Amino acid sequence: MTAPIAIIAVLTLAAAVTAMSLRNLVHCALMFMAALAGVAALYLGLGAQFVGFAQVLIYFGAVAILIVFAILLTRGTEPPREPILSKAWITGIAIAVVVFGVLSAMVLSSKALTREPGPTPQLPVHQLGAQLMTKYVLPLEVIGLLLTAALIGAVVIAMHDEEGG
Amino acid sequence: MTPLAAYLLLSALLFAIGLAGALTRRNAIIVLIGIELMLNAANLNFIAFWRFGPNPEALTGVVFVLFSIGVAAAEAAVGLALILSIYRHYRTTNLEQVDSLKG
Amino acid sequence: MDWIVHRLWLIPATPLLAAGVSALLNHRRRRLAATLAIAAMATALVLSCLALAHAVEHPGQGSPVRQGVNFLWLHFGDPHASGTSLWLGWVLDPLAAAMLVMVSFVGLLIFIYSVGYMAHDENFARFFCFLSLFAAAMLGLVIANSLLLLFICWEVVGLTSYLLIGFWYQRPSAAAAAKKAFITTRIGDLALLLGMVWLYSQTGTLLFYDGGQGCLEPSALSRLAAQTTSLGIAVSTGIGLLIFCGAIGKSGQVPLHVWLPDAMEGPTPVSALIHAATMVAAGGFLVARVYPLMAAYPEGLKGVPGTLQVITWIGAITAFFAASIAVAQTDIKRILAYSTISQLGFMMLGLGAGGVAVGMFHLLTHAFFKSLLFLGAGSVIHGCAGEQDIRRMGGLRRFMPVTFATYAIGMLALSGFPLFFSGFWSKEEIFHYARGWISPWPLYLGVCAALLTAFYMARQVCYVFFGQSRAGVSPAPGAAGGQTGGPSHIAHESPGTMTLPLMVLALFSVVLGFIGTPVWPWFQGFLTGRSAVTEIGKLFEPDVLWLMALSSSIVFLGLGLGWWFYGRRPAMDAAEPDPLERLRPDVFALLRNKYFVDEAYEVSVIRLNAAWASACDWLDRRVWSGAVNLASWAVVGLGWLNRLVDEYVVNLGFDGSCRGLTEGGTRLSGLQSGRVQNYMRVIGVGLAVLVLLLIWGCHAG
Repeated sequence: MTAPIAIIAVLTLAAAVTAMSLRNLVHCALMFMAALAGVAALYLGLGAQFVGFAQVLIYFGAVAILIVFAILLTRGTEPPREPILSKAWITGIAIAVVVFGVLSAMVLSSKALTREPGPTPQLPVHQLGAQLMTKYVLPLEVIGLLLTAALIGAVVIAMHDEEGG
Repeated sequence: MTPLAAYLLLSALLFAIGLAGALTRRNAIIVLIGIELMLNAANLNFIAFWRFGPNPEALTGVVFVLFSIGVAAAEAAVGLALILSIYRHYRTTNLEQVDSLKG
Repeated sequence: MDWIVHRLWLIPATPLLAAGVSALLNHRRRRLAATLAIAAMATALVLSCLALAHAVEHPGQGSPVRQGVNFLWLHFGDPHASGTSLWLGWVLDPLAAAMLVMVSFVGLLIFIYSVGYMAHDENFARFFCFLSLFAAAMLGLVIANSLLLLFICWEVVGLTSYLLIGFWYQRPSAAAAAKKAFITTRIGDLALLLGMVWLYSQTGTLLFYDGGQGCLEPSALSRLAAQTTSLGIAVSTGIGLLIFCGAIGKSGQVPLHVWLPDAMEGPTPVSALIHAATMVAAGGFLVARVYPLMAAYPEGLKGVPGTLQVITWIGAITAFFAASIAVAQTDIKRILAYSTISQLGFMMLGLGAGGVAVGMFHLLTHAFFKSLLFLGAGSVIHGCAGEQDIRRMGGLRRFMPVTFATYAIGMLALSGFPLFFSGFWSKEEIFHYARGWISPWPLYLGVCAALLTAFYMARQVCYVFFGQSRAGVSPAPGAAGGQTGGPSHIAHESPGTMTLPLMVLALFSVVLGFIGTPVWPWFQGFLTGRSAVTEIGKLFEPDVLWLMALSSSIVFLGLGLGWWFYGRRPAMDAAEPDPLERLRPDVFALLRNKYFVDEAYEVSVIRLNAAWASACDWLDRRVWSGAVNLASWAVVGLGWLNRLVDEYVVNLGFDGSCRGLTEGGTRLSGLQSGRVQNYMRVIGVGLAVLVLLLIWGCHAG
């Protein structure tokens, strides 16, 4: 864990925290984008370049924009008049803390995670492609199907009902 | 602390932050953002395990993350469509007011 | 002719059959009912004559011949051991034979009379049904060889008496009289039942004659006489007294005589048959039947047995008592009723003092002349269109000659007119034995009673048949509807069906006396099983002659006094007071009110009984009903409790559990807040828990 990675990690976390706590929804979305960028950088630091670029492409380019569109369509641009946090926000925070605590306890107490790391693996893209076409062809097709279904479903759900309602 | 453990802690923290936001914010879109953060944390977990794990040549972690990102995209699309539909019906995105399935 | 002994049961069975058939007949079939009854009675008469002939043909040597048939009715245990079975049976002996002929003959005559008397009554068929039933029961009583069978027939006789006294039941007085008769005789019957039970417990059998084992045979009697009860009297005396109480009730002796005069509410043939000739004689017959028991005495003791003493005294007192009351009565039938009571007293006197033959002789003669008198009275009533008060009759001698002639014969027989009339000879026997008794008082009472008898009969005959007709005149001045002077209804003679029996009875009233005279005591010999010798010389023995002279003079004195008071100057109108009343009004009033015996009973016994009855009613309505109600309330309460349990415990439990389920479900469904974030929170918690489990699981494993 080198220093740049640490800095990127801290920035990512800060962006995530602000994304969760800002009042203005658009600001939240922007901070979310920042967090995504940070994660993409982390991927690059870990040597999974393809995944990093895929992350930027998909999350940045599609999901974040989609979120901004949704904010716009649901009039989220005006600052909300009511409080931003729900009534039982303490429970939520507590649960999150508990989960983090449990997970970190698990991580820190595990022996399997104390091994020294090996050399940086290579990620040849053509090998990835070949794997996708042979070993993981079924999931590939399935995810194609899934995307189609998601597309159609999203269109149907968001469609205006002509009959009114 | 091994790098793997550090990355795992990082992803756990990110996950917890995303969870906290999803559990505490009223607005549905922010909840969706939180869910996306959680997904990202999980992806980070996978890549960390791929990098520092025993068998990086199998590319299992990478492939998994790719598919995860794909699924996350699809799910975000459908989720946002749902939020739009709910907004049209309830005229609000406040999750506390969307409780007609109340038992 | 032994077949008659075995067929003796036919004698009561034929009238019983006639009664049964008449009971099922339509009431309009009058002629058929009467024909059945008369035919049955005639058959019974024929069979009875055959039985009498049989008994006459087989005279006894020193003791009467008894032949009978016994059969087992029911048993509880060994049928032949004593005390475990009930036998019934009939016996033919001289006593039974004589009674059979008397009952069936007098009964037949009265049946024929009833055809004419009841001709205008609409319940004609029912009358003959009851009469036949009575005849059957009476005949059964006579031939009974078992005290139990006798008691059964005794009760049926009482029942038919009740039915016939209350024949015109729409009349309240008739209904009350029937009830009174039944209840009063019931008191006597209770004592009879007790005596019967005691006898059965002591001897183990109720058969009279059973080849040596019967309860009237010497072995049983000596056993009974030897034992003494706690009161110091012999067991045989005790039983005899109880049985005599039954006779007191049925024969109208003094304490229980009150029903007989009221029984005159029934039609006159009923009075003649039942309350003159037969039923009331059943008491006398009972005493005669169980006479060996009454006369039983422990070995070696001398004197008269207690029972016989009691019988004699009660008979004498009754004879005098009733005769005195008869002097002051004004209802033609009531005079005869008291006369009957008095004559029954004579019968008991004869039985007690003289034995079976003496009493039965008087019973026999009395049956004929008393029924004659009653039927004559019925003829008079019929001819006077229902009038029964002698003060409103008079001069009927001219209008009803046959009735007058026969009535006069009956009157003379009853009074005991010397030599030619049966009553004289039978009373002679009684006086003869009363004179030789241990105390002279019964004789004195009897003689006074005979005097009174002659007196009141003369009074009655003078009032009814002599003088001027007082019919149609009200005895109380100023009463509405009464005319002064002149008959409103011309009396007429009765039809042939009524006068013919009168004549036959009159004949027998005269002739029957001759079978028991001292000259030729055939009847006495017949009954006791000894042969009778004809001795003219007996008549002139000093004892006999003196007694005959005494009784003759008594009769003449009585008749003369009666004529003096009533016949010399007959009453002109009905309102005229009785000459005796003018003489001694207080005594007359006492006699006319029957010594206030009925009133005394009313105040004491009946009021006590009514109080007891109302106490029992209170008990029944409050206590027993209360207990029953309590039981029913307990059940109701139990039901209510059940309902409570059901409603609250069961239902509550069930409902409660259901409600609990519903509420639990409602509460559980509260978990479904509809808010997605809540669900996510739960998932978060679940995640934490699972991870913890994994950690620990791994570490543990």
